[in-house]
Amino acid sequence: MTGRVVAGVAIGLAEHLHLPVWVARVAFVVLTLAGGVGLVLYVAFWAVLPLNTEAATDPAAARSSDTTRLLSLIVIVVGIGLLLAALGVDFARGAVLPLLIAIVGAALIWRQTDDEQRDAWSAAASKAARQTVDTSAAAGRWRIAVGIALVVFALVALLVSQTGPAAALQGLSAALLILGGVALVTFPWIYRLLREQNEQRRALIRAEERADIAAHVHDSVLQTLTLIQHASGDPHEVARLARTEERALRSWLYAPDGDPDRTFAAALKRDAAEIESAYDATIELVTVGDTDLDPALSALVAAAREAMVNAAQHGGHEASVYAEVDDAVVEVFVRDHGSGFDLESIPTDRHGVRESIIRRMERNGGSATVRSSPGVGTEIHLCLPRMSDVTP
Amino acid sequence: MTRLRLVLVDDHAMFRAGVRAELGDDFDIVGEAANVDEAIRVIRETTPDVVLLDVHLPGGDARAVLEGCLSDVPATRFLALSVSDAPDDVVATVRGGARGYVTKAISGPELREAIQRTADGDAVFSPRLAGFVLDAFAGGAAEHDEEIDRLTPREREVMRLIARGYTYREVATELVLSIKTVETHVSAVLRKLQLSNRRELAQWASDRKLI
Repeated sequence: MTGRVVAGVAIGLAEHLHLPVWVARVAFVVLTLAGGVGLVLYVAFWAVLPLNTEAATDPAAARSSDTTRLLSLIVIVVGIGLLLAALGVDFARGAVLPLLIAIVGAALIWRQTDDEQRDAWSAAASKAARQTVDTSAAAGRWRIAVGIALVVFALVALLVSQTGPAAALQGLSAALLILGGVALVTFPWIYRLLREQNEQRRALIRAEERADIAAHVHDSVLQTLTLIQHASGDPHEVARLARTEERALRSWLYAPDGDPDRTFAAALKRDAAEIESAYDATIELVTVGDTDLDPALSALVAAAREAMVNAAQHGGHEASVYAEVDDAVVEVFVRDHGSGFDLESIPTDRHGVRESIIRRMERNGGSATVRSSPGVGTEIHLCLPRMSDVTP
Repeated sequence: MTRLRLVLVDDHAMFRAGVRAELGDDFDIVGEAANVDEAIRVIRETTPDVVLLDVHLPGGDARAVLEGCLSDVPATRFLALSVSDAPDDVVATVRGGARGYVTKAISGPELREAIQRTADGDAVFSPRLAGFVLDAFAGGAAEHDEEIDRLTPREREVMRLIARGYTYREVATELVLSIKTVETHVSAVLRKLQLSNRRELAQWASDRKLI
């Protein structure tokens, strides 16, 4: 239930009665302090009211902070104490307080193991959840340690209060001996159980990965192989298909992340791949550094795309593209070994290089220079100063 | 000039056959190996001039081969050849002692040139390896006092040109240097790549999810 602190009774009740949650909470606290009635009510409601599980979609909201939880725990303990006092239990006899402490400790341990179980399930279901387990693990260990300390302290206190220190020591050592014996006898069994559980979990992860790979191979590699068989008479088409598939497989294997709509390097990579398959060219793309796209950088990618198209068309089907992102400037070099061209000889009304590369870069505060010599090839240098985020 | 003696290490027989057909006329291919143990044995027996070493092998990787025989055959140079683009593979192999790295997509003439250069004791950098180096040595020059942990401006310039697709000869023309000087710069960068303690090199894969 979203926003619950203990069991979600207060929030459920508040929703039902159309009251603010804090009213219900304050009411419970006040009633609890007034002789423990609130606690009885709370437990009764908790047992009777149906659970609204639909709302429990946001785990972050469902988990209140540890301090709130601790406070509510204290209120509950005080409530139980007051309730017992009202029922005539004598605290001076000493059995009650240790028991309460033991209950708090046990509750802590139970809650934690419960959480871990749930995390383990969701982790097996989605790999992304694994990180959450890691971050909460440290806090969890603390909680368990505190819980165990509380329980042990309470039991020892109980023993001492009931029998006196000397007898308590005797009893404790006897208990420790027995516990040690039990641990010794059951250890192999517990160890095997833990190992089996681990094995199972690993097998599950492996099976998932295999299914992942199988799906991918089926979707892309097998499809491409079929296409290649159909196109076996056309070497250009075969080469194109093979190259496209190689690129896809490579990016899947080595760099699965990077959203072409979001980051500069991924956008450039996507465009290079598209031009490769569209113009039957080979583009060697090397990127150094990366950054998030903004409108000016998108324009730079668009200009680089034009330059790559130009290289793929006129540059002998081979081009090298180098992009470097540093703090002050983003640069792209597109180079080919084609016949080269003379910028001055291109008619001014032609859209290509002049408008979509040079003007576009100038409009966005950057620059483009073309170096071309007949017989050697062409290199287009795009340069964009980074103004917006000097301190990223 | 005597012909260079080569050993091919690759687990794909088809690829070895292809390289043999491509290079057989210009080089003596004195041995082939398909896995780590075989490679170490063949290299020790034949002490070739150059070993073409696949990065991924059954029973280990290129680094295992380098560790296994680098000290036994001091005159032999290693050139890594791989389909892998993963920076950690490449950097690990070069740090293991390879003199350079090229992808299997390389053309015949380029491969011949790379082998000759490796045999001469120079470093072979593909555009992609140059990109990796620039990435690894990017920024933070101030926090790295050690000379080995940063590139000189000249070395950076050379790396950038190589990343842009320039051959050594073109780099030399562009910077008005001799080819020998360019080779010296590249070899210096290789040494830094192999010896530097930069954190970026040690734990590359986890640091950079890009490329």
